[in-house]
Amino acid sequence: MPELLTKSRARNVFYGGSIFFVVVFVALTAQSHRHIVNNATAGMPLTEAVILGKHVWERHSCINCHTLHGEGAYFAPEVGNVMTRWGVMDDAEGAYEILDSWMQAQPSGIEGRRQMPHFEITEEEMRGLAEFLRWADQTDTQNWPPNDAG
Amino acid sequence: MKYQSQKVAYAYFVVAMALFGVQVAGGLLAGWIYVAPNTLSEILPFNIIRMIHTNALIVWLLLGFFGAAYYLVPEESEREIFSVKLAYLQLAILVVGTLGAVGSYLVGIHGGREFLEQPLWVKFGILVAAVIFLVNISLTFLAGRKTAITNILLTGLWLLCLLWVFAFINPNNLSLDKLYWWMVIHLWVEATWELVMAAILGFLMLKLTGVDREVIEKWLYVIVATALFSGILGTGHHFYWIGAPGYWQWIGSIFSTFEVVPFFAMMSFAFVMVWKGRKNHPNKAALLWSLGSSTVAFFGAGVWGFLHTLHGVNFYTHGTQITAAHGHLAFYGAYVALNLAMFTYAMPHLRGRDPYNQVLNMVSFWLMTGGMAFMTFTLTFAGTIQTHMQRIVGDYYMEVQDQLGLFYMMRFGSGIAVVLGAILFIYSMLVVRREIVKPGPLAVPGE
Repeated sequence: MPELLTKSRARNVFYGGSIFFVVVFVALTAQSHRHIVNNATAGMPLTEAVILGKHVWERHSCINCHTLHGEGAYFAPEVGNVMTRWGVMDDAEGAYEILDSWMQAQPSGIEGRRQMPHFEITEEEMRGLAEFLRWADQTDTQNWPPNDAG
Repeated sequence: MKYQSQKVAYAYFVVAMALFGVQVAGGLLAGWIYVAPNTLSEILPFNIIRMIHTNALIVWLLLGFFGAAYYLVPEESEREIFSVKLAYLQLAILVVGTLGAVGSYLVGIHGGREFLEQPLWVKFGILVAAVIFLVNISLTFLAGRKTAITNILLTGLWLLCLLWVFAFINPNNLSLDKLYWWMVIHLWVEATWELVMAAILGFLMLKLTGVDREVIEKWLYVIVATALFSGILGTGHHFYWIGAPGYWQWIGSIFSTFEVVPFFAMMSFAFVMVWKGRKNHPNKAALLWSLGSSTVAFFGAGVWGFLHTLHGVNFYTHGTQITAAHGHLAFYGAYVALNLAMFTYAMPHLRGRDPYNQVLNMVSFWLMTGGMAFMTFTLTFAGTIQTHMQRIVGDYYMEVQDQLGLFYMMRFGSGIAVVLGAILFIYSMLVVRREIVKPGPLAVPGE
């Protein structure tokens, strides 16, 4: 064993093998990038409104309470499929209205109930946020989540 | 302490411990909000508290790593740090950046890429600090003796700093955003940080056990090879449900199964070295933390990671309290406990006195480790119920959460133990000036 696995051999295996796996990973990542752009997220155009909505989502750090496609904090419901859950996935106007009325009603102030903060969001931004959530919902996520509950 | 410039590490460790205090306090508050949701909801919403909890964790762990590098590279290279001034400048930038980030979070300025919420100027500050660090530590390394420990440590630190570049890349396409976000998040904690961890653990074993350097270094290379071979393609377990191709379900499942190997190897390595070593090092607390770290890392990162990493399981458990359980124990075992092991080892040298107040330090180990273990169990139970009710039965999120109150109360209780342990640790490191426990009466033989 000692003559078979010397320190320098172990070192060469580490560096050589790591470079091999990095190359494979980079190649697969490039292919995944193309797949995402051309297939998985191609169901709806990436419009100005969607991009604005993503910035609104980020500026208010919604991810630190909610999950989006299962990633984020586990304090508030999944929103990657919220438009499907609300039944407004194919209805841009309905999506805006239901989102706007929900967010205007926050925080609920109900004792013992988790509180969503009140956010100062203009109408244009709210429409963007609704479009962003619809856009996220159309992503081909390999049928995740298992049901509408999120 | 052989080299004067190692003293820099002291400042890093002190700042790291201060942030550690902030981190656990934030965690405790967040845990309380799960129990009493209306707490501070108007002034300090949950998302801000959680941001402070996670960001403080990342920054203090990095400060600990930087400090550890400044401590051990001079000793391994057998020369002084290239520039002590640069090292302090780097620390000053990081402190200003951290305070700036916390201040901006409190007034509502933050980003929305989880863990990378820092304002842009703070991100640039971190980049500048990272460059200063790499220059400083690499020039020290290049001028001196090169060992496997410093090779691996430097490889890990270089790669983790390079990956920081992805913190600046934020595609408009959400799925691409997620794809590249994992280049920082996963490739830090499940690849490059593991190199840093293995190097520091190797250094501690070298010092604490007296085992031959050749033996330690050979096994270090084997361990870090298994870490990168499994960890790089193991990134695939984050690509299951974000819009990436379906083949990641197989690649991710297979390679993340192997991610258990480096953690098992590190645990075995630590125990075998202690067993083989004949040195009776006086710093028993550092030994306890080292062995504890590798053991809890194996359970938290290895076992609890494997628990929900196969794609057929993850389809149901993804984004539930199971993930929270795994995240807490993995971070605690692999990186928190390892940093505390390094602080425990280095502090007596940095303060120029013998290992002391071991008992308080070891009590803090058991308080924190016990607390984290209990927290992991309660969150695992909560996550199992959540997975069933929400993902199988199809009940809505908040209805399910309302059923989990008992678990969140128990989790808060374990959080108290962790915070008490953290306070005790910091107290035993910084405040106590002499051995607290008085020696018992000497046994008189032959009577």
